[in-house]
Amino acid sequence: MQSEVMFAGFGGQGILLSGKILAHAAMEQGFEVAWIPSYGPEMRGGTAYCLVVISDRPIGSPIIKNPRHLVAMNRPSLEKFAPVVKSGGVVLINSSLIPIRTNRDDIDELMVPATDIAKNLGNVRAANIVALAAFVTRSKIIDFDLLIKSAKEEFAGNEKFILLNMKALEAGKKAAI
Amino acid sequence: MGKILMKGNEAIGEAAIRAGCLNYFAYPITPQSEVSEYLSRRLPEIRGVFLQAESEVAVSYMIFGAAGCGERIFTTSSSPGISLMSEGLSYIASAQLPAVFVNIMRGGPGLGGILPSQGDYFQATKGGGHGDYRLFVMAPSSVQEAVEMVMKAFPLAEKYRNPVMILGDGLIGQMMEPIEFPENLRSEPTNKDQWATNGMATRNSDKPNIVKSLFLDPDELNDHNLLLKAKYERMKREDTKYEPYNLDADYKVLIVSYGTMSRVCRTAIDNMKAEGFEVGMIRPQTLFPFPEKAISDAASKQSCEVVACIEMSMGQMVEDVQRCVLGKRPVKWYGKCGGDVPTPEEVIYVVKSFLDKNKA
Amino acid sequence: MGKTFKKPEALTDEHTHYCPGCTHGVIHRLVAEVIDELGIRGRTVGISPVGCAVLAYNYFSFDFQEAAHGRAPAMATGIKRVRPDLIVFTYQGDGDLASIGMGEIIHAANRGEKFTTIFVNNAVYGMTGGQMAPTTMPGQRTTTCPLGRNVEEVGMPIKMAELLSSLETRGYITRQTVIKPKYIIKAKEAIKKAFTYQLEGRCFSLVELVSTCPTNWGLTPVEAVKWAEETLLPYYKLGEYKTPE
Repeated sequence: MQSEVMFAGFGGQGILLSGKILAHAAMEQGFEVAWIPSYGPEMRGGTAYCLVVISDRPIGSPIIKNPRHLVAMNRPSLEKFAPVVKSGGVVLINSSLIPIRTNRDDIDELMVPATDIAKNLGNVRAANIVALAAFVTRSKIIDFDLLIKSAKEEFAGNEKFILLNMKALEAGKKAAI
Repeated sequence: MGKILMKGNEAIGEAAIRAGCLNYFAYPITPQSEVSEYLSRRLPEIRGVFLQAESEVAVSYMIFGAAGCGERIFTTSSSPGISLMSEGLSYIASAQLPAVFVNIMRGGPGLGGILPSQGDYFQATKGGGHGDYRLFVMAPSSVQEAVEMVMKAFPLAEKYRNPVMILGDGLIGQMMEPIEFPENLRSEPTNKDQWATNGMATRNSDKPNIVKSLFLDPDELNDHNLLLKAKYERMKREDTKYEPYNLDADYKVLIVSYGTMSRVCRTAIDNMKAEGFEVGMIRPQTLFPFPEKAISDAASKQSCEVVACIEMSMGQMVEDVQRCVLGKRPVKWYGKCGGDVPTPEEVIYVVKSFLDKNKA
Repeated sequence: MGKTFKKPEALTDEHTHYCPGCTHGVIHRLVAEVIDELGIRGRTVGISPVGCAVLAYNYFSFDFQEAAHGRAPAMATGIKRVRPDLIVFTYQGDGDLASIGMGEIIHAANRGEKFTTIFVNNAVYGMTGGQMAPTTMPGQRTTTCPLGRNVEEVGMPIKMAELLSSLETRGYITRQTVIKPKYIIKAKEAIKKAFTYQLEGRCFSLVELVSTCPTNWGLTPVEAVKWAEETLLPYYKLGEYKTPE
């Protein structure tokens, strides 16, 4: 069984980082993983996306045109990638910034005001973690406890950030239930 | 030690350190600059040498100087940068210096693009610089394999006293995968007192060593070239590496593909197998020396009707595949440049159409 | 009483291939004497250029690397960075250093690489047969400017010592000459200073030596010295351009 998660949004929204935290957690759970970024000029403030492939077998092609899931942090990302998500996947929409829906009835649409939730927690930069937590909760793609562990390792050495992101993970989880 | 999640470029840098190379000169270029960024932090921690040079031309001669005095040394770059280093590579090969070059290929020619490509196959395997020389060329298809190839590159470079190139592509450099650094691939540098300009006092000798590539006497230059050729022949005999995939099956099509492209082909082969359609693959892990016999043998299998070379270029490795198959089977080519890596679905479509056209 | 004048240890017995009246032989000897006097032959690595001195390793009795055209400063950088205990010098001509190798020498000097450059400036390409160099004088005839260097087309000759001494990085930059015995003692002092700064790990050092090339100038050795004194020395002024103090 192989799943692919596309994370997409503005450069600076922590897109690559949320993908990395998920990939790391999935690796800890014993899965084969690959994290594939978009790279180049667009990483300086344009759109950014990355793909995380999680599989119970060695991963062949890292090139995936139709991911199983999508976490869309801004409108252009949703417009670009929602149509290519496989039937049955989860599409998370950051409803703080995206006023539209997918108009698909074959996917599991999850509306989360990630940016607003993060603002309420005191730092808009935690929106990516809120969305990640909500996505993992809904998709059950990996064990939530490993997500917490992976995030802690990512922010190791920065207690303030760990605290903020632990709150973000909790808030994201709540938003998905 | 457990696996760690690491970006290809950073893993390549760390692998060199784990292999016992603490010296690195480079010039920034996308998509491999993370190697330099990583090593600019890491090497000073362990008293290694990091230097950002003024150009790739200069890098290649800093490598010459350091390798010439017997120290382990490596650099990383991407296609246009390797073009600039090609002058130095010719000198390094002629002077028989062990050194490791990593090319994280991007699209060309010219400035091209920054996305993955395999357009430097000819440059890496046939020359690039002037004169009769070869690089020992390895092509990884995963971050783990890139790590292992970098670690193996140093003893190989020393075994042959020849530059070794790791030919990856933008995806190998940019992708993160779980990796480990195999302890058994750590190696000690060989003794180079016979030829290195490491200072006569260092080696307790009164005989100067000269590292050079000039042979004005025609017989002497011919002999020098024969000596180099003998090394290249030895590489073919002793260190050709490839990975067979699904070759036990009665495949109708044999794919030859390397690097990132071969991973896509592997998925395509698995998917076709699930439909009952058998396709085999040879994935060259060394591009020079090239797995000539393996390809020739696999193409000769009774069930095989077509050989398909699939690469992210406009048809470079296919010339070597044709040379190996020697008309025994039709050899087809499919490829793409520009950074849009063909998908498994595309490979399946292409492979089937090759077979259909062959029957028609 | 022992011998008072003998061949330096750092030179081999080989006869040089240099033309009559060429100053390479003198410069080789000065470098060899300095290396003997400093007792560093066992840890010295020389780098020969592309140019007449490419075969310099036949005349020196210590380790040598042979460079590609202009790249010697990059090679010296490579050696010095991984083996700071070795004493490294590049031996370069004006085509090699001031034309094709301009980038390498400027950046090595600006990084303050701790090696020494012996820069032999004779205002012409030697080995390739007398073509125009970046240091060729206005009006000077060469095989690629048969009517004389036209500065409107190719600009003025480059003064390397001045150019390199304009860098803010600490360094030792001097211009001397070996065209007459009276200059030679000062030239040797400069070479010794340059190697000493390197030994002390102080700075990059470059000794430019205004030289003659009777063959490619189309002059006899005696005429060549006269021409150098009257034409080159007024333009390429001798002196210490930069010291690390």
